[in-house]
Amino acid sequence: MESIAWMAWTLPTAIFFAALACTLAAMTYLAAVYPEAERVGVLRIPTTRGDRLFISLITAAVIHLLWIGLVGTDAVATLPIGEEGFEISSLWLASGISLATAVLIFRTV
Amino acid sequence: MDKTVNQKAWFLVLPVFLVVAFSAVLPLMTVVNYSMQDTFGNNQFFWNGVGWFKELLDPSTDLGGRFLASLGRNLFFSLVILAIEVPLGIVIALSMPRQGWTVAACLVILALPLLIPWNVVGTIWQIFGRPDIGLMGYVLNHIGLDYNYVSNDIDAWVTVIVMDVWHWTSLVALLCYAGLKSIPEAYYQAAQIDGASRWAVFKAIQLPKMNRVLLIAVLLRFMDSFMIYTEPFVVTGGGPGNSTTFVSIELVKIALGQFDLGKAAALSLVYNLIILIVCWIFYTVMTNAGSERKQQEGAV
Repeated sequence: MESIAWMAWTLPTAIFFAALACTLAAMTYLAAVYPEAERVGVLRIPTTRGDRLFISLITAAVIHLLWIGLVGTDAVATLPIGEEGFEISSLWLASGISLATAVLIFRTV
Repeated sequence: MDKTVNQKAWFLVLPVFLVVAFSAVLPLMTVVNYSMQDTFGNNQFFWNGVGWFKELLDPSTDLGGRFLASLGRNLFFSLVILAIEVPLGIVIALSMPRQGWTVAACLVILALPLLIPWNVVGTIWQIFGRPDIGLMGYVLNHIGLDYNYVSNDIDAWVTVIVMDVWHWTSLVALLCYAGLKSIPEAYYQAAQIDGASRWAVFKAIQLPKMNRVLLIAVLLRFMDSFMIYTEPFVVTGGGPGNSTTFVSIELVKIALGQFDLGKAAALSLVYNLIILIVCWIFYTVMTNAGSERKQQEGAV
């Protein structure tokens, strides 16, 4: 592990990248097994599943940054786990909005 | 539109992906890891969550203030050079000869600034503008203008803008010239028969035909000027004060000057996101413009 110490891995970032890799693998599988036709949606540009995923991810990044900048990351609730409790950041709301936006993008774009 | 898209050719990209994994993907992952932590060196990291991003997007903090100020300067710089280079490039392209040996001569002269490396351009203008030994600086001071790009904000800005205009207007001019060359002679003959004025010819024939190359020129110049580092760094070093510190210069100051890896990583991710979005718009507009044209030609 010492040879990759400079990469400074943490559990949350590792989970994030693992999820991203799984998504890409799933998209690859879908593209190979169920080929699809391009379609034109509300953006008036032809998009495939991959394009829509890319737009969703970029939108999610923008939504999270806007949330951090405009709303902040104060705790919205505390779960009774451990002695001090487990605080849930309001940033999870941004994640929820991003997920909803992604569904919307996959349906309409 | 019902034709399915066969994406299997992408598997052929796998070998390149492996190379890119080492040159880009792993470093990018590392930057993401850094952006969530703080370090004092020696590979010791401390979890900071989204703290750096919070600071970065809050103008009242030091980091946020510096980032937003440099972003504002960068956008202003891009706007100014676009406002100068695009019309100037069009004028140069319009006044270039259409045939004869002068065409080759003009193309070579125009291409010269494009061939000079960024740091050399910076050095040329740094010396050119010096009031003691530089030709431009000396002459300007000699005729009574108090010009000194080292101590005066406006002089520094003018120098950096003029340098960029000198370096890159050729690109816009060459692209426009290529667009103009593709207009068939019959268009001009028809305009002549109709007794169209020079302005009418430009507005109704030349400008619409240059549409696409102008789009490429604007987007290329925007991206390039938004990522500019070497030239202002060599000429002004971001000064006087912070007046010509653009985002990339600020980034290097934070990452390598202060060794604040977490802050620099957060900044570079946001910077990267902006560039990624502009790139995507660029790519989408370009590819769709191409396919629309094909459809139109197919219809004819």
